[in-house]
Amino acid sequence: MLATLAKRLVTVIPTLIGVVIVTFLLTRVLPGDPAVYFAGPAATPQSIADIRKSLGLDRPLPEQFARYVGDLAHGNLGNSLSTGRPVVTEIESRLPASAELTLFGLILSLAIALPLGILAAVKQGSWIDHTCRVVATAGVSLPVFFTGLLLVYIFYFRLGWAPAPIGRLDAFTSAPAQITGFFTIDSLLTGNLEAFRGALGQLLLPAVTLAVFSLAPIARMTRASMLAVLASDFVRTARASGLDGRTIIFTYAFRNAMLPVVTTLGMVFSFLLGANVLVEKVFAWPGIGSYAVEALLQSDFAPVQGFVLAMAILYVALNLLIDILYGVIDPRVRLEG
Amino acid sequence: MNESASIIRQAAEAKPAGNSMLRHARYVVSENPVTGFSFAMFMLIALCALLGPFVVPYDPLASGPSTLAPPSFAHWFGTDQTGRDIFSRVVVATRLDFVIAIASVALVFAMGGFAGIAAGFFGGWTDRIVGRISDTIMAFPLFVLAMGIVAALGNTVTNIVIATAIINFPLYVRVARAEANVRRDAGFVQAARLSGNGDFRILLMHILPNIMPIMMVQISLTMGYAILNAAGLSFIGLGVKPPTPEWGIMVAEGAGNIISGEWWIALFPGAALMLAVFCFNLLGDGLRDLVDPQRRT
Repeated sequence: MLATLAKRLVTVIPTLIGVVIVTFLLTRVLPGDPAVYFAGPAATPQSIADIRKSLGLDRPLPEQFARYVGDLAHGNLGNSLSTGRPVVTEIESRLPASAELTLFGLILSLAIALPLGILAAVKQGSWIDHTCRVVATAGVSLPVFFTGLLLVYIFYFRLGWAPAPIGRLDAFTSAPAQITGFFTIDSLLTGNLEAFRGALGQLLLPAVTLAVFSLAPIARMTRASMLAVLASDFVRTARASGLDGRTIIFTYAFRNAMLPVVTTLGMVFSFLLGANVLVEKVFAWPGIGSYAVEALLQSDFAPVQGFVLAMAILYVALNLLIDILYGVIDPRVRLEG
Repeated sequence: MNESASIIRQAAEAKPAGNSMLRHARYVVSENPVTGFSFAMFMLIALCALLGPFVVPYDPLASGPSTLAPPSFAHWFGTDQTGRDIFSRVVVATRLDFVIAIASVALVFAMGGFAGIAAGFFGGWTDRIVGRISDTIMAFPLFVLAMGIVAALGNTVTNIVIATAIINFPLYVRVARAEANVRRDAGFVQAARLSGNGDFRILLMHILPNIMPIMMVQISLTMGYAILNAAGLSFIGLGVKPPTPEWGIMVAEGAGNIISGEWWIALFPGAALMLAVFCFNLLGDGLRDLVDPQRRT
């Protein structure tokens, strides 16, 4: 297992190199002068020239690249133009908010999509099957920012069930002591039930928005792979041996059907991380997505570059995790690896 | 020489003849009324894109006397903060959204389709380079990469088209590569080669036409995604500038009014966006059933 892991880790390296090269290219080579970006809208030719020099942009490209990689190795992503703070600390402090939202959205989406997909496959052609199909097609068609606004209108304005979409906590509740950075978990750990209720209330609508968007591929894949597994010989054998339906579906079919579903999780994460940006904007969620959007609109380039890089590294790490998970579920992969 | 090649090609592909294809199309549409419905929807959207600016009741950019008016007989979808008619704006916006989607899909079809065919046909280094490029693109969460590209290239509509094309690149490469790879040693390719055609000629005149049906399916499947992506980018304030009517930015303009109850400003453009994407997704599924009955679900 360890050897497989090491081998898989090695395959990450070229991907990471590619990611670093692309983020470098995005700033340095494409049309548009990065010095102008970094200098901001009120720049004079003199200040632009100064910045070009201080950023090392007057050097040849390979040297610039080496410097960029060196900075990265020291965890230096540059400073934000508008706040003056280092991008790394800003991203670090905002990452838990985004991670909590994304994770909660994913759990919610799995909790809905898996049972839906399984039921749709077991009772093929029934109303559940049709519901699954409609939900899956509607889910991918709904623009995620639109779903969010719709939910806000219904549950905040009309019904008054949800709190106002103004971030992680309302103005009257103080944040729980920082342990994990996840407000819901921290407040539970410190026994601060009021903060827990507040944080969960704020989290629910954006998480549901993310879930609606991401459940379609999971539900679809679960249904398709359950159908394939249920039609296979070993399930027929299990049935012929007189095992009851529950055991067959959960112990035999589900575990095997999970493999393609785990593979689609990679795509689901790509969806989730992208949709996260839009959801954060709708719900004024103080995560790294809204940080990047604010910076983008002010042509403040360092945060955007840092954000793209952070997201890409996160995504590569998640894909690695999925591969490891795959090995845990399917022992054959481990042996062959 | 080409005649003999095309006869062999037809035999090798064993595609159903035109007549039975038509019968199959009729069968698919009647079997699945949803596909017929989505074709009708598509025609409606295309019509709006073509004729929209000429048939709308109001000027989409002109402010009117009644601001924030709810939907009424005079203003079917209500009016926004400056009294502009939302119905007119939604209809006129169709053209811009449609053009962005078509342009980006056409661009990625040209880039990704060609790179994929070349990778599948030549193999070796071409394959490795193309594969490495698409792997690197796939290493990013796609919407995030699109944001980065637009930020780097500059905040314009053209760059939204380019960014949307780039993030779809791996999908087209994968399909085109697989299809070209299967056919690289097919009888009709060998026949074409024996009759003296060069590699590029075979690629463009013999392989490309054969994988067109599958690529068409890919195109309509990614159209919806392209519209969503472009609208998402303009929702966060990239590309399209107000007051240009565009669905994503119109939803963004109405977002602030949602919490005070003026739902129509964001709802109608959002619903238009949703219907367009829904239509393209259904159309894609329908086309796939037509071209590739085995993958029907």
